[in-house]
Amino acid sequence: MNVEITPLPGIGTRQDFMIRSGRRVGVITYRDGKFELIVSKQDDPDSCTASIPLTPEEASTLAGLLGAPQLVAHLSEQHRDITGITTRQLPVTAFANRTLGDTALRTRTGASIVAVVRSGNAHPSPGPEFLFENGDLAVVVGTAEGLDAASHILTGG
Amino acid sequence: MEHTAIALIQLGAVFFGLGLLGRVAWRFGISPIPLYLIGGLAFGSGGFVPLEGIEQFAHLASEMGVVLLLLLLGLEYSASELTTGLRKSWMAGIVDIVLNAAPGAIAAVLLGWGTVGALAMAGVTYISSSGIVAKVLGDLGRLGNRETPVILSVLVFEDLAMAVYLPVLTAVLAGVSFVGGLTSVGISLLAITVVLVVALRYGRFISAIVDSPDAEVFLLKVLGSALLVAGVASQLQVSAAVGAFLLGIAISGSTAENATRLLEPLRDLFAAMFFVVFGLNTDPRTIPPVLGIAVALAVVTTATKVATGWWAARRQGIGRMGRARAGAALVARGEFSIVIAGLAVASGQVNSDLAALATAYVLLMAVLGPTAAKYVEPVGEFVLRRRQAA
Repeated sequence: MNVEITPLPGIGTRQDFMIRSGRRVGVITYRDGKFELIVSKQDDPDSCTASIPLTPEEASTLAGLLGAPQLVAHLSEQHRDITGITTRQLPVTAFANRTLGDTALRTRTGASIVAVVRSGNAHPSPGPEFLFENGDLAVVVGTAEGLDAASHILTGG
Repeated sequence: MEHTAIALIQLGAVFFGLGLLGRVAWRFGISPIPLYLIGGLAFGSGGFVPLEGIEQFAHLASEMGVVLLLLLLGLEYSASELTTGLRKSWMAGIVDIVLNAAPGAIAAVLLGWGTVGALAMAGVTYISSSGIVAKVLGDLGRLGNRETPVILSVLVFEDLAMAVYLPVLTAVLAGVSFVGGLTSVGISLLAITVVLVVALRYGRFISAIVDSPDAEVFLLKVLGSALLVAGVASQLQVSAAVGAFLLGIAISGSTAENATRLLEPLRDLFAAMFFVVFGLNTDPRTIPPVLGIAVALAVVTTATKVATGWWAARRQGIGRMGRARAGAALVARGEFSIVIAGLAVASGQVNSDLAALATAYVLLMAVLGPTAAKYVEPVGEFVLRRRQAA
């Protein structure tokens, strides 16, 4: 996908791309960290039919809604042939500002974190030094029991 | 009543009144600047109620308003944004200067105000109000539009043009000889180049001097350094405004963003005082004689700004409606036209009618600009439909 990045001097950055129906969809990132979701008009691609202000939390939630299922579907597809192995997306609530190593997930449950989704961006194959933030979603691969245990640990069990 | 009590009551009444005016203005989607000017006209010389006892404070506050207006103009764009802006939009910038400075200069020459008056009026009609334009674009939800970067790059160029124009204007206003004038222009150009290079290479060191994690300390340091630089610049005959502006450019990165956030309310407060004082010092009776000229200038410079925006947007492959929107968005003139007129009038080197003309002109343009930006789309659609029907 060809994302166009346009600096807006004094305001922030506009990042957008053309979707198949001919509209532009994108995000304005303000200097002070606010976001705005923009959707262009059908008949005038230069102008916007909507520009919706989002707080960082709202933006990250929206990104998760759009991004995470895709990633999980993709990984499930890859692991379909191996019986007994599943992929699940688990919220990380108990490890803000602590590293992936601190969870000791593999040792304790046999399941492993293959990616972390943050603000709609997937961080693939995070190392033990990976630092969690609030709102992170971990994509975990393992057996059903392993995943249950992992969910318990990541949410503060 | 004792003196302090009277002063406090007067000041409170002025600020409260301005607050009410500002509320009315934004409700109708226009900038409050014209209402502040009218507020100033209503008081003071030739007005209804003379203000006594707070003149000294009002004068100093209005000076601080100018310093803060220019400091934040400098802070608005980073040095790298300014240099890329210069590279990418210099053609649109030159078209902008030629089309929009000329009407003011020609009007001044026709009125017999001489070269100095022409230079000042050229600045008054040239510079768009980046404050009004940015606010209007945000309010109308046009920041995601394709023509918006074009509009912003024109504003960035105007910002740079101010960095050259203001020192030249102050040198000419100081009435220096031709050689002396050239020297001070040379010095100010050199100063700007040095500031830009320093800001690009060593911006973080300058930022480090004023930066502080504590908001209170930071505010005091930024405001203190701005006033120091402005005072020293003023002593060196480069005008306080220019000094503050260059300091604003030199501060960069996250320091600049934090400084903007902290200083914005202060700027709004003192700038409001500046507009009131400018209005105070303008006798309302001098306005009717120049009203005709102001209307003519408003008509001409609205057309020239629309043409500038149209031309700049077309070069970027923007459609007809987008070009019209870009043109209309740039129409607003405001705070900086008044700053220029203020510098000119304070020097005593220009005809005193210049203040009246600039006031009348900004009154018109600050109302016309947001209105034009708002109604350009329905009007444009109507025209297009008529054309298709015909």
